[in-house]
Amino acid sequence: MKILVPVKRVIDYNVKVRVKPDQTGVDLANVKMSMNPFCEIAVEEAVRLKEKGVATEVVVVSIGPAQAQETIRTALAMGADRGVLIQTDVDVEPLEVAKLLKAVVAEEAPQIVLMGKQAIDGDNNAVGQMLSALLDWPQATYASKIEIDGAKAKVTREVDGGLQTLELDLPAVITADLRLNEPRYASLPNIMKAKKKPIDAKAAADYGVALGGHLKVLKVTEPPKRTAGVKVENAAELVAKLKTEAGVI
Amino acid sequence: MAVLVVADHDNTSLKDNTHKTVTAAKALSGDIDILVAGQGVDGVAAEAAKIEGVRKVLVAESPELGKQIAEAQADAVLALAGGYDAILIPATGVGKNFAPRVAAKLDVAPISEIIEVVSNDTFVRPIYAGNALETIQSSDAKKVITVRATAFKAAGEGGSAAIEKVGAGAGAPKTHFVSEEIVKSDRPELAAAKIVVSGGRAMGSAEEFQRVIEPLADKLGAAVGASRAAVDAGYAPNDYQVGQTGKVVAPQLYVAVGISGAIQHLAGMKDSKVIVAINKEADAPIFQVADYGLVADYKTAIPELMDALTAVGK
Ligand SMILES: Cc1cc2nc3c(=O)[nH]c(=O)nc-3n(C[C@H](O)[C@H](O)[C@H](O)COP(=O)(O)OP(=O)(O)OC[C@H]3O[C@@H](n4cnc5c(N)ncnc54)[C@H](O)[C@@H]3O)c2cc1C
Ligand SMILES: Nc1ncnc2c1ncn2[C@@H]1O[C@H](COP(=O)(O)O)[C@@H](O)[C@H]1O
Repeated sequence: MKILVPVKRVIDYNVKVRVKPDQTGVDLANVKMSMNPFCEIAVEEAVRLKEKGVATEVVVVSIGPAQAQETIRTALAMGADRGVLIQTDVDVEPLEVAKLLKAVVAEEAPQIVLMGKQAIDGDNNAVGQMLSALLDWPQATYASKIEIDGAKAKVTREVDGGLQTLELDLPAVITADLRLNEPRYASLPNIMKAKKKPIDAKAAADYGVALGGHLKVLKVTEPPKRTAGVKVENAAELVAKLKTEAGVI
Repeated sequence: MAVLVVADHDNTSLKDNTHKTVTAAKALSGDIDILVAGQGVDGVAAEAAKIEGVRKVLVAESPELGKQIAEAQADAVLALAGGYDAILIPATGVGKNFAPRVAAKLDVAPISEIIEVVSNDTFVRPIYAGNALETIQSSDAKKVITVRATAFKAAGEGGSAAIEKVGAGAGAPKTHFVSEEIVKSDRPELAAAKIVVSGGRAMGSAEEFQRVIEPLADKLGAAVGASRAAVDAGYAPNDYQVGQTGKVVAPQLYVAVGISGAIQHLAGMKDSKVIVAINKEADAPIFQVADYGLVADYKTAIPELMDALTAVGK
């Protein structure tokens, strides 16, 4: 069984994001970029399924600038077999990402698309659900456990009130949540090996998907800042302030 | 313009997120209908009909809708989508699970977690864990939007909308419900609570989390939250997680105990009215957003806090 894992190159989660003074976006110049953490979890899970003998091949795909190749290499070093880079310098909207991924699915014919629940730059939490809808494949988002049994996937999901378990007829789209696994660090030999693994270079036009369609960013601004308040000496002072000054208890 | 609001509920009661989403819908100026999709939801529909400014309440029922299966929920909405210019869905775990499907099927770009309606086609939404706000304009004729409820006031009651049954749509033939573990609690719900007490990694164990955080929450009539570190370590259930990729809360009072204040955590609570931080490190980042900071070991601070609350009649 083949697993396709879409991975996104995003600002590293540790970086303090700065809004550009001209309000056109956030400053990405000389900023550390990494694989989106949820995509990392998805890659890890796919590689584990391969190690268990459930999957036979793990293909990663990224849509983004030339440097997204590094993100694909990271996934290859973790154990994925090969990559596809759909290179573009424009910001691709979730709908367009989903359409491109649909086209990749048509080409690769995976049984599972395993992806992140959310990219931590746009915080959309949308592409997996959209891809599932476009493919008419069943979906299980926010997975904290995945078991594959023949032509079915049993997925435990993190939901508002606790956990829900679904069984999906494969092929299916599954999105990873934080508790699914803890991604490995690639070893040096595996990083070296990854350099030799193939990456296909593609363009959006190869798949007949037009970019830059539906949404226009008018401006990007800083949120209102919260300022530090006061330090209290002890619990009694805290309670007094909460009661009389803040009036919240 | 006609707007469809999809109700947030658990088949038994209507959630306040619905009232807040109706307020966002009002900013779009037009007729507002509410869809209640679920199973055995007469009571929920009756509550929805009381929200002020609602034209009618549509009720779709099936077992799959009762289990909040995304494919079924999206189908129920799609069956009605033709009659609406905008579809507004509360940005809860459930809402975010099916809203993008609706958008994909309509070939429109979903607009996630808006916090402001600027005009009928322009919206503000947080990106990068709330470290930036994006103002976006949509050129789609039909808009599919999820709404961050904490950014809107709840619409009032006093309406008496008509209730109508509608079809449930095609359902989810390839997705099968197996089981669920939903924790029932007598405490207020995290997303809607007026006070939230959250514990972090400092708790060190599930027993300690229960021993320290829960009595304090009970004393304050508060909901319980947690940091990702506390959830990952198994001190608290997953649905307690507050943050960028967990729940977003904006209570009157947020008390963070033994939480450092990583940006991903702040993303979920920095719109709280009053923030209290209890942390033994004076330079913990949480103090930069706290209105009241207590630099102390929680092991001594929490018992003292309990006593001080008792002293004022709590
Ligand atoms: C993709 C991604 C998504 C994430 N999403 C979220 C999210 O939604 N929500 C979230 O919370 N995090 C999220 N995180 C994790 C986040 O980056 C932090 O790791 C996490 O919030 C830290 O939790 P913490 O503050 O409990 O632990 P720590 O950072 O370890 O802080 C513990 C604090 O407790 C204090 N302390 C220790 N002992 C005591 C004591 N005895 N008394 C008082 N204070 C004490 C310490 O001084 C310290 O400040 C995410 C991370 C990633 C990469
Ligand atoms: N540009 C991209 N290239 C590859 N995968 C992507 C891209 N954008 C989003 N994804 C996938 O979709 C998931 C959810 O992203 P989003 O819906 O944008 O929050 C990510 O975790 C990725 O798996």
